[in-house]
Amino acid sequence: MATPNTPLWEVFIRSRNGLAHKHVGSLHAADATLALQAARDIYTRRGEGLSIWVVPSNAITASDPSEKGMMFEPAESKIYRHPTFYDVPDEVGHM
Amino acid sequence: MYTQALNSSDGDDRGIEDAALAAQFQARIDADERIEPNDWMPAAYRKTLTRQISQHAHSEIVGMLPEGNWITRAPSLRRKAALLAKVQDECGHGLYLYAAAETLGTSREELVDAMLAGKAKYSSIFNYPTLTWADIGTIGWLVDGAAIMNQIPLCRCSYGPYARAMIRVCKEESFHQRQGFEIMVTLCRGTAEQKAMAQNALDRWWWPVLMMFGPPDQASQHSDTSTKWKIKRFSNDELRQKFVDATVPQAEFLGLTIPDPGMKQNANGNWEYSAIDWNEFKQVLAGNGPCNRDRIAARRKAHEEGAWVREAAAAYAEKRKGRRLAQAAE
Repeated sequence: MATPNTPLWEVFIRSRNGLAHKHVGSLHAADATLALQAARDIYTRRGEGLSIWVVPSNAITASDPSEKGMMFEPAESKIYRHPTFYDVPDEVGHM
Repeated sequence: MYTQALNSSDGDDRGIEDAALAAQFQARIDADERIEPNDWMPAAYRKTLTRQISQHAHSEIVGMLPEGNWITRAPSLRRKAALLAKVQDECGHGLYLYAAAETLGTSREELVDAMLAGKAKYSSIFNYPTLTWADIGTIGWLVDGAAIMNQIPLCRCSYGPYARAMIRVCKEESFHQRQGFEIMVTLCRGTAEQKAMAQNALDRWWWPVLMMFGPPDQASQHSDTSTKWKIKRFSNDELRQKFVDATVPQAEFLGLTIPDPGMKQNANGNWEYSAIDWNEFKQVLAGNGPCNRDRIAARRKAHEEGAWVREAAAAYAEKRKGRRLAQAAE
């Protein structure tokens, strides 16, 4: 019981389809090398990825969910940032 | 993948300090929003989920034992490779689920220690022995089949990390059931002796598998809260009925007899089964099943024998860190 808790890592995988690395879950490992090996065994048993990132969980800075209103309001009130805000005459067709 | 409805939610919302927050929380649930780890949640929601997800994780890990029993004795290399892959999947499922449970604030070490100390439950089904190769077929066909029935609705559970873990688990699960059913088909098309072995396994597993869905609805006091919180979307009896209705034609295909002579199909097309021996279920949950002591002893042995590996890895990581810091200071 004297052993300290094993650090937590977040796992990101880039799948075959060329998309960006995506968060798939987390795991415990003593160091980065072991974290990569464990990530391969836990999250890519069926060829799910071509590249893995592991990041110590405590290195992630997250936005505060209780402040999400304030955080995201500036984007929500600007509907003119979306293409559907603008009228294009039907005769012009697809744009 | 082996969650069991133990109807153990923590009941009412006592301890909710803030009625306004609780109302907001319920409104989010009612709007089918997902609750995420850092969101406010009632203490009872956190406690119920921690218990349910960790029990589910323990079940995956303990569930490796009955099947692991047959890896070295599988009848062919193909069967052996498939069984090994399945047992590895169970381990992976346990790890996804532990990670989901930890997001609620209890450490992995605490969760594992509770299981090793016998304080945490796991699915009653893994306290039954795997006596023949046909048991491996039956586990895949019925135990994984029952688990799929239970788990599909959990993919829409209100707690985000649990729902996401279940989506991964369910994707991998159908391989398990098909793997088991194929073993059963092979045995049932084999010699009379092989078919008798398949029938014998079905006879032993049928009732324990029905118990996996948990106590009957009229006996469960706490389902209401789990339903209100959208952790549970179908009752134990509803899921059990779905499972029975799906399984009867499969047994017919195999030419096997479900060990329930009183079973009959009603006007709605549902198969009505005889009374389940809930006393057996209680006994197994209380630690008196055929293999409870063996299972816990095997988990403790593995944990203790792995201690030096965990210690060595931690010591090595510490040494490397010290060296990096020293180099940086030069």
